Formats: sequence, structure tokens, C-alpha cells
Amino acid sequence: MTDVEVTLTVNGRARTVRVEPRKTLADTLREDLRLTGTHLGCEHGVCGACTVLLDGEPVRACLMFAVQAAGAVVTTVEGLSPGGDRLSPVQAAFRQCHGLQCGFCTPGFVVSATAFLAENPDPTDAEIREGISGNLCRCTGYQGIVRAVRAAADTMAADTQEASA
Amino acid sequence: MSAPTTPVGRGAAARFTGQRLPRKEDPRLVTGRGRYVDDVQKVGTVHATFVRSQIARGRILSIDVAEAQASPGVVAVLLAADVNSPDHQFWHNLTGPDMTAPGRVLADGDVRYVGEPIAIVVAENRYLAEDAAELVDVEYEPGKAIVGLRQALETTERVHPGLDSNVSAEMPQMPIPGLQERFDGAAHTFSVRFDQHRYVCVPMETRGIISTWDPWTERLEIVISGQGVHEPRAFYARMLDIPEDRIHVVMGDVGGGFGQKIFPTREHHAVVIASRIIGERPVKWIEDRAENLIAGGHAREESIEIDVAVDEEGTLLAGRVNHLEDVGAWPAGGNGQNGAVGAGIFPGPYRWGGPGSVSYAGKAVFTNTTGQCAYRGPWMMETVGREQMVDVVAAKLGIDPLEFRRRNVIQRSELPFTSPTTLVYDAISPAETLEQAAELIGYEAFRAEQAAARAEGRLIGIGLSLYVEPQFGFGALGTEAATLRIEPTGKVNVYMSTGSHGQSVETTMAQIVADNLGVAIDDVTILQGDTASSPYGAGTGGSRNAAIAGGAAHAAADAMREKVVAIAAHLLEASVDDVELAGSVASVKGAPGTRTVSLAEIAGTAYLNTDALPPGLESGLEVSKRYKAPAFMFSNACHAVTVEVDRETGEVRILRYVVSEDCGPMVNPNVVEGQIAGGVAQGVGGVFYEHMIYDEDGNPTTTTFMDYLVPTAAEIPDLEYGHVVTPSPTPGGYKGMGEGGAIASPPALLNAVRDALAPLGVELTDQALSPDHVLALIERASG
Repeated sequence: MTDVEVTLTVNGRARTVRVEPRKTLADTLREDLRLTGTHLGCEHGVCGACTVLLDGEPVRACLMFAVQAAGAVVTTVEGLSPGGDRLSPVQAAFRQCHGLQCGFCTPGFVVSATAFLAENPDPTDAEIREGISGNLCRCTGYQGIVRAVRAAADTMAADTQEASA
Repeated sequence: MSAPTTPVGRGAAARFTGQRLPRKEDPRLVTGRGRYVDDVQKVGTVHATFVRSQIARGRILSIDVAEAQASPGVVAVLLAADVNSPDHQFWHNLTGPDMTAPGRVLADGDVRYVGEPIAIVVAENRYLAEDAAELVDVEYEPGKAIVGLRQALETTERVHPGLDSNVSAEMPQMPIPGLQERFDGAAHTFSVRFDQHRYVCVPMETRGIISTWDPWTERLEIVISGQGVHEPRAFYARMLDIPEDRIHVVMGDVGGGFGQKIFPTREHHAVVIASRIIGERPVKWIEDRAENLIAGGHAREESIEIDVAVDEEGTLLAGRVNHLEDVGAWPAGGNGQNGAVGAGIFPGPYRWGGPGSVSYAGKAVFTNTTGQCAYRGPWMMETVGREQMVDVVAAKLGIDPLEFRRRNVIQRSELPFTSPTTLVYDAISPAETLEQAAELIGYEAFRAEQAAARAEGRLIGIGLSLYVEPQFGFGALGTEAATLRIEPTGKVNVYMSTGSHGQSVETTMAQIVADNLGVAIDDVTILQGDTASSPYGAGTGGSRNAAIAGGAAHAAADAMREKVVAIAAHLLEASVDDVELAGSVASVKGAPGTRTVSLAEIAGTAYLNTDALPPGLESGLEVSKRYKAPAFMFSNACHAVTVEVDRETGEVRILRYVVSEDCGPMVNPNVVEGQIAGGVAQGVGGVFYEHMIYDEDGNPTTTTFMDYLVPTAAEIPDLEYGHVVTPSPTPGGYKGMGEGGAIASPPALLNAVRDALAPLGVELTDQALSPDHVLALIERASG
């Protein structure tokens, strides 16, 4: 199969890869761009471990071909931390609330929760549970994850208040 | 109540253990910088995929690989003739060589379950490997599949043609003198059979391995998603008959296991052998989800028949159990027989009629289905059966199930208590957890609420489940080890035999070491999962980490502390008894403001200025300690749950879920509660959503996450916890507790549904409780 050239912006950098047209966005991120934080848990769009932001919207990177992301702005879990060894509010909350154990599903949850809170900064607990129900976790029973999303919402609200004060 | 007599940690000096510390693992994992097996991308890697059987049983008439071999990028297409050897050994350190089912790597001449690997295809990338695999043409002569426990026992056909029966393992009833008389003389006897359906581990990361054979050094390098590194090394040394020191196994981050990853499996074997045939190039296999669901190892398809004898007051006098399990065609690890463990554990938290009052038989059968693997509390059917039986008997006698348990549960004043199966409980608290759970859930108030709800026609119910969770400290599971090294800079590296795959070992073991050694926790790093540096151990599993690996961490830290204090005393010109070591600084007790020495100075002296050491003291700072655990350790818990059943839709909604547990002092309460919650979620999944279904021809029909339903955040309730702390005789008083959540939750949920449906006269003895099954139960009762 002939490779095609695809240019896209990943985590703020313009990247060009040569991939087979059938290569998924997830495999391209992992293998060609060495961004292995995007995990593959089912490869059929249910588990959510491969969730990335495509032009700000959460998508399943296992259900897209890289060629479909040509020209798009992609943010992976690696792109969410503000740099250095600092964590984003969602990442910090997952750590603080014991929102992960084996950590395999975590990048997908962190990306989904980030998108969810951008859409709904002040969710109810029921909305949180609904909002993250597109991602599967097998270790935590979701207890720490629900707490983490709540804590992240609170932190982000406090930060916003501080910024506007 | 007798006071605990075990020394617990370092008392006031304990600064890290017992705290809800955020984990050391997390910064890399929340930022996507973990390193799971598929993240390891070695130069020159080739990728493997499998051609798997499409039928459950039959002869292979022909396999045509010509087209596949000519497919672009193909490196090798290997069949049984290339891969299998009559000399292969298939046994594990953990199980020993006693195998019933003849082991094999690839199907040879016939197939015995859907998903059995027939060919391994290796190509330049996974896409090309899968292209080629599709071109392999297998012709079968199908046979009649043997599916289900009863069919396996009734048929004259054999899953394994060479064997004279389909029984994989059997443990008959022991003739216990006087047992029958206990039944004959009892006021009441009851007999009920409870069935459980097949459900599976589902680690979010599937199985995976990278194997590289270097023909020049004759060394095998393996990266594996596993639960320990030493079992695969020992296994492949035996299987391939190459010296153990020529095999290097590492595991990085591992995305869950739950028992499925304890043992390397035949797909791993094929990859290792393929890498040896191909040579030099790393061969990587990352299982896809369909493969994991179809062929990654199954569990829980079991049936248990329980006879009990009780007196008029509901005192349990005697029990007789027959446990039957389906181990598929090739159970992982060996013969598979959870009954052997269930036999010891079954009496659980109850007195029964003392010694000789309980007997237990187990039988495991082969079927033409995927082999059974360990799954979080593999023997749990004994508790699923016992705790349901308690509720059934209580209902028959008109006694509330809480009251029934109160009458039978072992009290603290009775410890040490020898169970009817001769296990000695020394430090458990089932009565306290029962009361705590009942109080937390508001048991009496719920009964009042229930009466009102029933009057309105609503179906709400409450379920209890008590459990005594064993940790095995004998045989291959009996020890773990730690090598503790303080580097010349004063940083502490601890090399452990563990194989963490989500258990927070890097944090909890650092908490123990930091406290016992007297150093800052940031100075402690736990390293594991590398046969080149990790001491030998069984890996992580079996709820053994806190008690056994923790024991090793304790021992190594204590020994090191002695050495560090000796050097510090010499440098401070003080007596060792007067030296205090805390926060990586040594000082003289009761002499504030006087000279101190840092751990870095002490370590520097130990390595770089050895003439300044106390005379006779060995230079350097390195100790290795191996902890041998008691043969059995026990934690315990009580689950209490309330549910509402929708009589129109059959849907069950969990209203509240309480767990009261006793694992002794908690190293890190976040980790303890996280383990409970994960187990409970797997129980909720198992009872209501997860069902690995085979049709009568042996075809698995739930092969994606669209059909095999793993619960999401929307299905799992908020959990409420209570803790009772009874230290065990292990160092620190710790007990294991990783499996209990998955063991005790199914019967609690089933009892709650049974209670909710009681007004309709529903008899509940099977699962899974999907809405349509609940509706069928209701219809059957009203029919």
C-alpha cells in the first residue's frame, strides 16, 4: 500500500508523517510520533483509552485513520501537562484522589475529563458519572476517578476566580 | 476483647505508613509517560499475530500457508511442526510438574477450543502480519463440541482424546466419622445448588510480550506484561532447556492482570520460540481485545451444592459441599482446581459444629472452551455459595439474615479459633465487621423502610456477605525478598521481588522502608520486575503484597538501620542506643542543637572513606533480606448492600454499598480502599453485566466490549468504608486484602436481590442477573 504524507499539529507542534492510508491515528501517534501515552484497550471504540482531542473535541484515536486528521490540531495526554514536571489540574487531581491504579486507562480518562470540564465546568456528581461513562477502568471502581473530576472542577473554578479577582 | 500484642511499625516514629500518600507511580502515569510493553519499540522489531481455530473441536485436515508466506513483509509463518517439541515442559514453579492436560504450543492435528492458536505469523508490522494471517487456509473436520459442566461429565467423548475422562482434577468427599450423624440428628437440613456463569479478568491492557534471541551470546531477552518476572524466566528455561542465567526478563508498567497474567501462556510460548527461530530481531505480540476475550483465559463458571444441618435456633451444625468447575480445555498453570482451596476456606467466619463438621469435595472438568485462569480470588465460589446459603437457610427458618449471622459468627473472645477444616484464625474480626457494616448501612432503619416500600409494591432489598480472606504463605508463595542499597549519595534503592501491575507497590513499600529506616520518603525508590536485579519471588498476586513483600521490606530496612546507626554513632561519638535516625538525618537523642550527620554523609563514609568506619564494620551499605511468612494469614470483611429492583424492566439499581474490612494497620488507606472498590466493581460487573457466553457449538458470542459489558462509572455506586484494625503477627501487623472485594461482593449483591424479590416468592440460585433474567425469574415465580 502506498504511503501518504500527512501533516497535522500535535501538542502544539506541526508534524509530518508518512503512513499507509489505513493506519489509525492511534498507531500513528504511538509508532510514528512516539507518543505512547495514547493507549489501545479495545481497538473498537468502547474503552476510551485512546481518547485524544481533535480540534478540541474528544475522539477515539483507534476509530480514525491518520489521514483523516490531516490539518487538524491534536492534543494527546502528553500535551496536557503545562511542561516541565508540572501536572494539569485534572492530572494533579487524579493523583491526589487516587484516581488510578495500573494507569493504563488513565490517559483516556484524563483527556475525556479535560474535555468534559471544558464543556461543563460545574457538573453535578451524576453528570460526572455520565460524562466519564465512555471510558472503562478495571482497577478503581471509578471511586477515585469521580472524586478526581470533582476536585479538578473545584480547582479550576478557584483558579478562574483568582484570575478574575 | 484481647489487646493486640503485636508490635506495630515504629509507633510514634511512623510518619509515612498509615497515611493517604499520593503515589510515586502517578506522575509518569497521568502524563502518558508510563512504559507498558507495547510502548517499548525496539529497533528491528517484527510483529506476531495468530491464526486461531474457528471451531471448538475437530480434526485439522490441512493448513495452506503458501499465500501467507508470499504476502508482503512476512518474516515467518510457523506451524506446530516448526514450533512444538516433544521435549517441551509446560510447568511452573508455582504449580509444580503435575499436569493432566497434555501441553502444546500450537494446535497439532486437531483443535480443542475456539481461539486455539494454529499458526503464528510474523511480519514487518502488525498490519502486514494480520493481512498474511487472513491468507492462511485451514480445513477442518468438525466434531461435536463438549460445552458446559454437565455435558462434560455425561458425554463419552473426550476433550483430550488421550485421557480416559473429562475430569481434570478431583478431590472426593473425605469420610468424616460422625458427619452423617450430625445431619441425621439435626432439627433441619437443607440442600441447595448455586450456579455461576463464566466471566473474565479483562485487564485494560491485554497480554503482550517482546522476545529477542541473540544467537551470538545465546541469550533470550523478554519484555512481558506480567505479574512477576521470575516465573516466566524459570518457565522458559525449562521449556526450552536453556540455562536460567541466559534468560533476562523485565516488565515495566503493567495495565492490570487480576490473575490472568500470572503465567506465561501458549501464545507467549509461540512468540518466544518464534524469536529463537528468527534470531536477532525482537518479536512483539500485543494481543487485541477480541483475542483477550476469546482466548485470554476465562473464569468463574462453577456450580456448588451445599447441604447444611442447623438446629432450631439456626446454629450451623454441619456442612457438606460439592464444588464443580469448568476449567476449559487447557487451564492456565496446571490442572485447575479451585475446589482444593475452597475446601479449606469454606467454613469462613462461622463456627459450624467444630472439628469434623464440614466436608468438601471438588471436581474440575475439561470442556471445549478457553482454559480457566486465575481471577481475583479464584476459589470464591465457596463464599458465593456459603453466603447465599446462609440467607436461604435464615429465610427458611424465619430468622433475619443479620441475626442468623450474629448467632454463628466467630467472636474475638474465641480466638485463636480452629476452623472445622483446621485453619487457625488468630487475628480476625468477623463479628466486629458485621456490626460495623450493619450500623453504617443502617440495617434496622432499612428494614423499616423496606416494609413501607413493600406496602407500596416497591422491591427493595438488603444483602450481607461475610468473608475471611486467606493469604497463603507456604510453598512457592511463602517468601518475598528485598535488597536494600543506600547509594553513596544517601539515596535508597530497594530491589524487590514484586511484580506490581496496579497495586501501588512503589509507594507502599517506600512508606514501610522510609519509616523503618528513618529516611525521607522522597529518598526511597522501589525497583522491581527485572530478573537481573530483582531477588527471586513469586511476583504480585494472591493478596500477598502487604504482608509478605512488606515483611521483606521491614526486615531489610531494620537490618540496614542497625548498620546506619552504628556508623552514625561512631561519627557522632555516641552510643548506638542514643542515636536517632529520622528524615535521613542522625542525631543524638535528647541533645538538640548538637552535631548531626546526614544519611549522605553516612553513606559517603561507608563507601568512600571506609577507614573512618567503626572497626570491624563491613564497608558499603547493602543488605538483602528474605521474609518467610506464616503458612496462612487472614484478613476479613463484611459487605452490606441495598438494591431496588424495577419490576417492570428487571433492572437492579444499587442504592448503597458499604464495606467494613479488617486488614490490620493500613500502609496506605487510599490503596486499601482502592483495592476494595476495584474488586467490588468486578463483582457488580460479574453479577449484573458480564457474561462470557458460549453457544452449544462452543462458539463464544460475547467477543467485543459491545457484547461483553464491563461496568462504567454510571453503574458503580459510591462505596462507603469502615475499618476495623486487628494486627496480624506479620511485621507491621499487615494483612493482604487485594482479592476480598471481588469475592465478597457477588453474594452480597445476590442476597440483596433475593431479599428484594422475596415477596414475589422468587427462588434465586443462578446468575447473571441481566434485566431479562430478572424478569424471567419474576415471571417464573408468578407463573
